[in-house]
Amino acid sequence: MKHQLRVDPVACSGHGLCAELLPELITLDEWGYPLLADRRVPASLAKRARRAVTDCPALALLMSEAPGTASGNAVSEETQRRRILGTQARVRS
Amino acid sequence: MKGTAMLPTVALDAARPQAAASQPSGPPTPGPQAPGLPPPGPQAPGPPTPGLPTPGPQAPGLQSPGQQTPRPQAAGPQAAGPDQHGTTPPGRDGGPFRRLLPPAAYSTAGLAAHIRWFGQLPYRGRPGSLIRDVRAAGLTGRGGAAFPVWRKLEAVLGAAGRPVVVGNGAEGEPASHKDKTLLTAAPHLVLDGLQLAAEAVRADSAVLYVCCDRPALQRLSAIVAERAEHGIDRTRVRIVSAPPRFLAGQESALASVVSGGAALPRFALPRVSERGVDGRPTLVQNVETLAHLALIARYGPGWFRSAGTPDEPGTMLCTVRQESSAHVAETPLGEPVDSLISLAGTQAVLVGGYHGAWIPSAQATGLPLSNAALRPLGGSVGAGVLAALPADRCGLVETARVARYLALESAGQCGPCRNGLPRIATALAQVADLRPRSAVLDDLSRWAGLADGRGACGHPDGTVRFVRSALRTFAGEIRRHLGGTCSASCDRHFLPIADGPTDDADWS
Repeated sequence: MKHQLRVDPVACSGHGLCAELLPELITLDEWGYPLLADRRVPASLAKRARRAVTDCPALALLMSEAPGTASGNAVSEETQRRRILGTQARVRS
Repeated sequence: MKGTAMLPTVALDAARPQAAASQPSGPPTPGPQAPGLPPPGPQAPGPPTPGLPTPGPQAPGLQSPGQQTPRPQAAGPQAAGPDQHGTTPPGRDGGPFRRLLPPAAYSTAGLAAHIRWFGQLPYRGRPGSLIRDVRAAGLTGRGGAAFPVWRKLEAVLGAAGRPVVVGNGAEGEPASHKDKTLLTAAPHLVLDGLQLAAEAVRADSAVLYVCCDRPALQRLSAIVAERAEHGIDRTRVRIVSAPPRFLAGQESALASVVSGGAALPRFALPRVSERGVDGRPTLVQNVETLAHLALIARYGPGWFRSAGTPDEPGTMLCTVRQESSAHVAETPLGEPVDSLISLAGTQAVLVGGYHGAWIPSAQATGLPLSNAALRPLGGSVGAGVLAALPADRCGLVETARVARYLALESAGQCGPCRNGLPRIATALAQVADLRPRSAVLDDLSRWAGLADGRGACGHPDGTVRFVRSALRTFAGEIRRHLGGTCSASCDRHFLPIADGPTDDADWS
């Protein structure tokens, strides 16, 4: 399955963690905000991409299935965040 | 907002007298009772259209309009009389083109006058029926994005929940004055459109979102109350005051303000059409778009398409700024830019406003005012701002002033916008002030690339579009500035900047 990374620019506060976890696809601009490679996430990187998504301290990195399907993404991204929040909470406790 | 204080000339057509004078008195036609009440189906562009407003300048005395000046009721018709359009291209010399804005002498600000001029509000009686007509008419949003209106209507009608409709008259762009003019000259037409849009999407509440001073706000409230009293409005209308910010009219920022929040754009999804005001599906349409909608409901899609180009039909309101005057004019899309604005003694035209593009006057001559023609030049019609920069000013100084304003108007939510725009503005100011650093052009193009497309809303993209167009259009002047000279002989500012507080954020 092809995945596409996106950044929620409002949520992103430039921690830069994503670029460390996934340098193949993410670099930082001169102000510390992520620049995403203009391609989908190859299967070989899918696992680390998911890791980058879940570890983003601002929950600003999002991964959706294929680009485009607008409203579908909306839901899945929200769900994604909720899931991540749940995971983080579990890890902390 | 009053960057526009110098706009008394907004006396729309003051600028174009006699042609105007000859026509309005001509095309009376059906009296008060006649107008296109229930929009009959068969009205196509054909000149001898039946039930509706007869067009053509020569159509005068049809039915003596009755008592006073024979003007009632012509607007849509007269202006657009298809046949008339065919023979006399409306424009600078062909007389004013009036669909939305009645002649200056005839105000439709009053309810009775409005009904005399445009006819009753033609409710369709069921949701959705108007959407077909709007689609056939090819109406696109007049707030700047030119998005097909029917698609928004359908999206909102199809969304889960009871929708809200919002007429967007925030007009945060300091260079634009067309929405304020329309709300003053033909407020009922906007409110008709708001009602029709509400009916089309089954909304149970409507909002008029405007940014104006207290007296204007009170006038609008009185108008809304008057319509309610006469039972004209079926959907209750609430007026919400927009903060005087550049981004206040941005769709998601608007949804936030109307819901009681701050004027901050949000990350795009879910769309406002699905979840906007109070979490309900929300239709946001520019006030001018609503006015066109109200005319399409009356006169039909064929009539609407009798002006404009096949791909971009209809007319649009433009704010036209010259050396020392500004006025609002209505024009069919596709008319040459220089039929609206005089290019003599100018060096470049800013088309589309502060998110638009500078185009050298030489290229603007004969250039059709349409997105199809402007796109290759990096521009768009936007919300209809046309500003011709006099030859004796410095385009870089003007660009730097506006860029600074746009940087200060950033909501500051997204890193690339918050970091990029102020740097771009500062670099431009250095160039304009003849104290450029060495790599300034490289910096500018790199920062532009870093800001472009990386915000939650279109603000960085629009700002970058504007700046890039300046770098292209004023390339010669930039070389001169890098060499330490400026060719301008006058330092009076040209483009208006909002005079509200721009440096500390007031997002309330």
